[in-house]
Amino acid sequence: MAEQNRKRTKSPYTVDRDMPGAFEGETITRRRLMTGTAHGMGALAAGAFVLPALGFALGPVFERQKWQWQDLGPLADFSPDTYSPKTFEIVAGIGEAGYSTVYVRLYNKEIDGPKRDKYDDVVAVSTRCMHLGCAVRFVQAAERFVCPCHGGVYDFKGSVIGGPPVRPLDRFYTQQVDGRVQIGPRYSVNSEFTRFSPRDPGEPLDGIGQFMYPARFSTPKLSDPPTG
Amino acid sequence: MPDLKKLLPPIPDALKLQPRRAGTNPEPKGPVEQAAEAGTHAGAWIDERMQLSGAVRWAMFRKVPRHDWTYTLGFSVMFAFLSQAVTGVFLAMAYDPSTTNAYESIRYTTNEAFLGEFVRGMHKWGSTVMVVLVFLHMAQTFFYGAYKYPRELNWVIGVVLLILTMTMSFTGYLLPFDQRSYWATIVGVNINGTGPIVGPYLSDFLRAGPEFGATTLSRFYAIHMLLVPGAIGAMIGAHLWLVTRLGTTSPPWNKPRKKADS
Repeated sequence: MAEQNRKRTKSPYTVDRDMPGAFEGETITRRRLMTGTAHGMGALAAGAFVLPALGFALGPVFERQKWQWQDLGPLADFSPDTYSPKTFEIVAGIGEAGYSTVYVRLYNKEIDGPKRDKYDDVVAVSTRCMHLGCAVRFVQAAERFVCPCHGGVYDFKGSVIGGPPVRPLDRFYTQQVDGRVQIGPRYSVNSEFTRFSPRDPGEPLDGIGQFMYPARFSTPKLSDPPTG
Repeated sequence: MPDLKKLLPPIPDALKLQPRRAGTNPEPKGPVEQAAEAGTHAGAWIDERMQLSGAVRWAMFRKVPRHDWTYTLGFSVMFAFLSQAVTGVFLAMAYDPSTTNAYESIRYTTNEAFLGEFVRGMHKWGSTVMVVLVFLHMAQTFFYGAYKYPRELNWVIGVVLLILTMTMSFTGYLLPFDQRSYWATIVGVNINGTGPIVGPYLSDFLRAGPEFGATTLSRFYAIHMLLVPGAIGAMIGAHLWLVTRLGTTSPPWNKPRKKADS
């Protein structure tokens, strides 16, 4: 009798289904509880190693980069009419691969227009091509930056005048301390030389470009106290 | 599901145990026959416990339509992958995925280690061979119409395998850590970065930061030798399972079989 009832009735209450030892108002059978608990514990155990591992792999995307001012030499090394190549450490602790060349000159009113702030005093142009990131070279005779990979050409100021690059060459913040030039974090510019947080090569900043390629979490803050 | 036993081809005679006929006393056998019998007995001992011979016969001795040599391309790709896996495991023994030592460890493998140049050459050229074979296999599937019902899922898995093979090529290219590797990786990561919205974060993820940094190389190395090979192995398993389940397509020029009596 009880056996038949259990199969026939659709009542959610275990009491109505004549379950042995059922409580008043109980809807979850012990079997369901045990199954659910076992599955839940399994999911918990799997999540306990999957989630931290994923977080470990994704962590660098959300980590704000540290930066520091680095010495580039005395102010007398630089002229407003041509670039001086200087080497500095863009990533610490990885040997040769961490060094990058930067082209440095002083502010030149005829080329740069009105001075905006103290960071315009010394112009430090990145050698990273804005097509896909190869290293550009400044050709003195032509007063052009030329990329060896896919033929990108930039004028003296860094604007694109030929080839596939999508925006002018990146720059670095600079400051002067006791007559010496120091270099800070990177920034990107659009074709009007408005400053943006650093973007990777191949990402245009004109028009909707700045929204299609948003700033990244890894961007260091200039206002942060530099390390070292 | 039809009766599996009826679909199974018989065990080849050479693998069958021949029971002694009652009342006969066979001549003493030579060492070769004894060794063959020992092998058969060992195989039978394992199969009695694992019960796998049916599955193996079902997978290996299938009836296939009349076909041509292009039907070997799939196996060729798998063979290329196995060759890459074996040479890769042994190359890993001499490789150091650090930005300061990677080039030196590859130089040691190539110039000094016994057979190092050969094994590394197998791995390097083998990767190109594998990519070429993958595309030939894909073209064969396309032109023979082998992607059609009911084998669409196998085409999809094949596309995943194609992407994984490309990922292997991309991550492996950095590992020698010479100028070409370094700049090719810079360019490759920046190409990934040009995807709208997610691109910048994707390239940060690949490099483990906004610049090529201390863990970029080891990250590529881990993807190259742990993550993607595991995924490729699993996908090949699914690919082959579907091939044995669904059978191979008859080439387009095979005529439909005539009925025996009509």
